[in-house]
Amino acid sequence: MNVTATLFGQMGTFLVLVLFVMKFLWKPVLNALEDRRTRIAEGLAAAERGHEEQARAEERAAEVLKDAREQASEILAQAQRRGAEIVEESKAAARGEGERLLVAARAEIDHESLQAREALRKEVGRIALAGAERLLRREVDAGQHAELLGQLAEEL
Amino acid sequence: MADTSAAAQPATDNPVEYIQHHLTNLCLGCDPDTHRASGLIDFSVFFLDTFLVSLVLAGVIMLVAWRVGRSLDPDNPTGLQNVLEILVEFVNGMVRDVFPKPNRLVGPLGLTIFLWVFLMNLMDLIPVDLIPWLLFEAGVPYFKVVPTTNLDATFGLSLSIFVLIIIHNVRERGAWGYVKTYLAHPFGIFAFPVNIVMTLIEEIAKPLSLGLRLFGNLFAGELLFILIALLPFWAQFIPGGAWAIFHVLVITLQAFIFMLLSIVYISLAYQDDH
Repeated sequence: MNVTATLFGQMGTFLVLVLFVMKFLWKPVLNALEDRRTRIAEGLAAAERGHEEQARAEERAAEVLKDAREQASEILAQAQRRGAEIVEESKAAARGEGERLLVAARAEIDHESLQAREALRKEVGRIALAGAERLLRREVDAGQHAELLGQLAEEL
Repeated sequence: MADTSAAAQPATDNPVEYIQHHLTNLCLGCDPDTHRASGLIDFSVFFLDTFLVSLVLAGVIMLVAWRVGRSLDPDNPTGLQNVLEILVEFVNGMVRDVFPKPNRLVGPLGLTIFLWVFLMNLMDLIPVDLIPWLLFEAGVPYFKVVPTTNLDATFGLSLSIFVLIIIHNVRERGAWGYVKTYLAHPFGIFAFPVNIVMTLIEEIAKPLSLGLRLFGNLFAGELLFILIALLPFWAQFIPGGAWAIFHVLVITLQAFIFMLLSIVYISLAYQDDH
């Protein structure tokens, strides 16, 4: 239990030790802690920004989706309208075509009935001529009476 | 204490000699018969064991500090780095609470005090006979392992703190301002003779109480371990174990108290009411 020259040895050791710890442990560790604190704060800020961006993106996506839906329904309506138009058009065309066919058919019928009538008239003329021939019992000059027979046939 | 073979004999044969042997330093410049310094203060004497053990422990701290400080991993702290980070942050927080403005020195000072005192105290938990016996076999007659059971180690720290207290006071208040705290405190300038005496006592009590508190606690602890070692071997385990467990608290607490009081004493330089 004495105070001796060891005291100065202890104080010297202490001084060196404090300076060493300060330089090689205290400052690096504090720097590392500060560094970590800064980076954590930055990370949190980045996360916050990310959240905001995500919210904005979601908003934008919803908007785009709404637009698309509107466009789609518009296109659908247009297509339906166009479809109805096409149906109407083709109905009208079909109706026209039918009428045209009808008219043609009628003309054909008229034509054929005319031809038949003509043929019939000729036949009747020939029969009448044959009858008249038989009636008169004499040869009728076909050439002489052709005009007469033609008139007769037209009257029939 | 002429008989240096005391450590080799069974302890219980001569308890007084055994205890005295354990309390004798490995000493340069001591009286060759008594192996003690001639007075309470004797600067012609050098205790080699105290100095060497504390030097080795300081070396351990330096090595660890250097290795950890060199390879700090900011993202994934492991092992010792974690422990030291916690300590640094704790001490730094305490210094920041107490000091009104940033101080470069006091943080590392406090950390160093805590680590060094803790390690020196920890030597107390090595079985009391182990190192003295090994060294005795190697030809070293005396060896007192725990540096903080020596006044030199504890006063070495507390006087350093005392010097720092004065330096901080002079830097903060100026030389005249510091002298004035002796003249005008606590009773006002007109009672300066009383003030000088009271403030001197107050100031000197700081390093004295710091050093003596640590010394007293550790010396008593060491002595109790020595006394327990005098028991028959089958009776040592329970009291020895119990005291060792309790002593873990004591050594940590003493290291912490030394650090805390050092920081507080130095911070008083920045308080205005003095």
